[in-house]
Amino acid sequence: MLTILFDGVAYGMLLFVLACGLSVTLGLMNFINLAHGTFAMAGGYVAVVVVNRLGVPFFAALPLAFVIPAVLGVILERTIYRPVYARSHLDQVLFTIGLVFMSVAAVDYVAGSQQVFIQLPRALEGQFNVFGVGIGKYRLLIIVICGLIGVALQYALVHTRFGSRLRAAVDDPRAARGLGINVNVVFAITFAVGSGLAGLGGALGAEILGLDPQFPLKFMIYFLIVVAVGGTSSVTGPFLASLLLGISDVAGKYYVPKLGAFVIYTIMIVVLLWRPQGLFSRGSTR
Amino acid sequence: MIGPGSGSLTAAVAYHLARRAHWRGLEIAFWAITLLTIFLLPGKHLILTEIAILGLFALSLDLLIGYAGVLSLGHAAYFGFGAYAAGLFAKHGIIGEPFFALLAAGLATAALGFATSFLVLRGSDLTRLMVTLGVSLVLREIANRYDGLTGGADGLQGITVAPLFGRFAFDISGHVAYVYSLAVLFILFLVARRIIYSPFGLSLRAVKGNPLRAAAIGIGVNWRLVWIYTIAAAYAGIAGALLTQTAQFCSLDVLSFDRSADLLVVLILGGTGYLYGGLIGAILFKLAQDWIAGITPQYWQFWIGLTLVVIVLVGSERMAGLLGPIRKLVQKA
Repeated sequence: MLTILFDGVAYGMLLFVLACGLSVTLGLMNFINLAHGTFAMAGGYVAVVVVNRLGVPFFAALPLAFVIPAVLGVILERTIYRPVYARSHLDQVLFTIGLVFMSVAAVDYVAGSQQVFIQLPRALEGQFNVFGVGIGKYRLLIIVICGLIGVALQYALVHTRFGSRLRAAVDDPRAARGLGINVNVVFAITFAVGSGLAGLGGALGAEILGLDPQFPLKFMIYFLIVVAVGGTSSVTGPFLASLLLGISDVAGKYYVPKLGAFVIYTIMIVVLLWRPQGLFSRGSTR
Repeated sequence: MIGPGSGSLTAAVAYHLARRAHWRGLEIAFWAITLLTIFLLPGKHLILTEIAILGLFALSLDLLIGYAGVLSLGHAAYFGFGAYAAGLFAKHGIIGEPFFALLAAGLATAALGFATSFLVLRGSDLTRLMVTLGVSLVLREIANRYDGLTGGADGLQGITVAPLFGRFAFDISGHVAYVYSLAVLFILFLVARRIIYSPFGLSLRAVKGNPLRAAAIGIGVNWRLVWIYTIAAAYAGIAGALLTQTAQFCSLDVLSFDRSADLLVVLILGGTGYLYGGLIGAILFKLAQDWIAGITPQYWQFWIGLTLVVIVLVGSERMAGLLGPIRKLVQKA
């Protein structure tokens, strides 16, 4: 039982790291970015190539899996995302779905359509027992890394100057501009960090979630659920939503395999009926 | 707020609606040409049937996006539901006659649309995207799991569709199928046109423009959205049922996300909010698919994606500039 809880927490933490960037950018610019999973996939493939082909150690590959999607994110943000901010949600949806399709086909072309795996270091394989609870070493590592990221994000958002600027920009971009905050730069940085985190999540999760060219499509619904249930503009909301999603998904697949995937949708529907604006949102959303 | 004393206002609204609903020359030409394809292009009836079905499906999404402003990422849910319903009706001989089976499938899908509309209409655009996508994924999962009923990943096999009205058997080159699909499309188009130019359609536009303000002037926003969602679902279901009946086969593919996404492409190619967008988009989409699939079948998705990105970056208004004159002629008197 506790093992399942443990796996669920690891899974949820992964989802959090994957989706938190999306929740902030969505809250900040009211921009619906369905292509968020593309950056996660980019991170995953960077890690695969670097570890498997070039023989770089796994831990050295993780920063790369963060940096490359982040740079990619900034470049795309600066060049093609920006004109779409002011458009209707329909245009944004079409645009980002277009990007997803292009990335799926491009990765398929370059890397092939089969699932790929990362060679993990020996030290991370297997599991050990603590009071009869089986704990996978790799999952423990994920929980530690993602937990640290969560704490760091919370700290950065609440206690740093950049964090207060970001929160101001989320609450009211126009007033924030009036106060001399360069909202565009704040956004570009946030976008880069969000994409980078997604990439890191993709690299860490390649082993657990499975990595293939369909990744952005398969996990689109998970990202949407995390953001819609967790609400935007805070770290704790998406964090709790991810944990809820992760634990219920793993538990659902284990206990009622016949229903499996329905569990998360049922939860989504219940939450939506109960709190249409999201479980942890602060009042109104725009 | 139209009370008994405002008879002249009601008359004025009715007059303007009637004027807008007037048939334009170009519209008549469009349908005349469509009618001619039955006789002039007998060798192309198979692909023309596909176009008609896709056009009907796109029309259904246009009712949602173009007139009510409801975004959907999972419209294939209703298409697929209708497709499976028609398939099961035919396979188990519940309703043998195709036309009545089509109506029944449409009604069943409408019921599903009505039930799910309450979920979809809550919350913002983001939650709508999530829920519509979620609904389609759930249906696909159900179809996949209950393979005893649906055939699972192998698809629903062994469907034999009875002759239409007991007289016209579906032939291999698809002549009956095409005339049948076209007739259904035309009838449903007329109904949609009637809805759009009714006071109900007018109030929908107000809801699309600004739901809050529409509610403030006394328009019941929610039940209007529920209705249009139900209608759109029924349209999609009928389109799906048509596909099953004309292809005599139905697979999980009808519920896939790609189908919903392709539909958005179709609609954006043709333009939203003037009824013909879906039909024109369906023609363009199928022709492009045919053409690109000849060159590079495997990476067709890439080109769809690129098309979307370019259309949005160039600006769908400017892109529609090509179709602008047609649109204007169709829209205004």
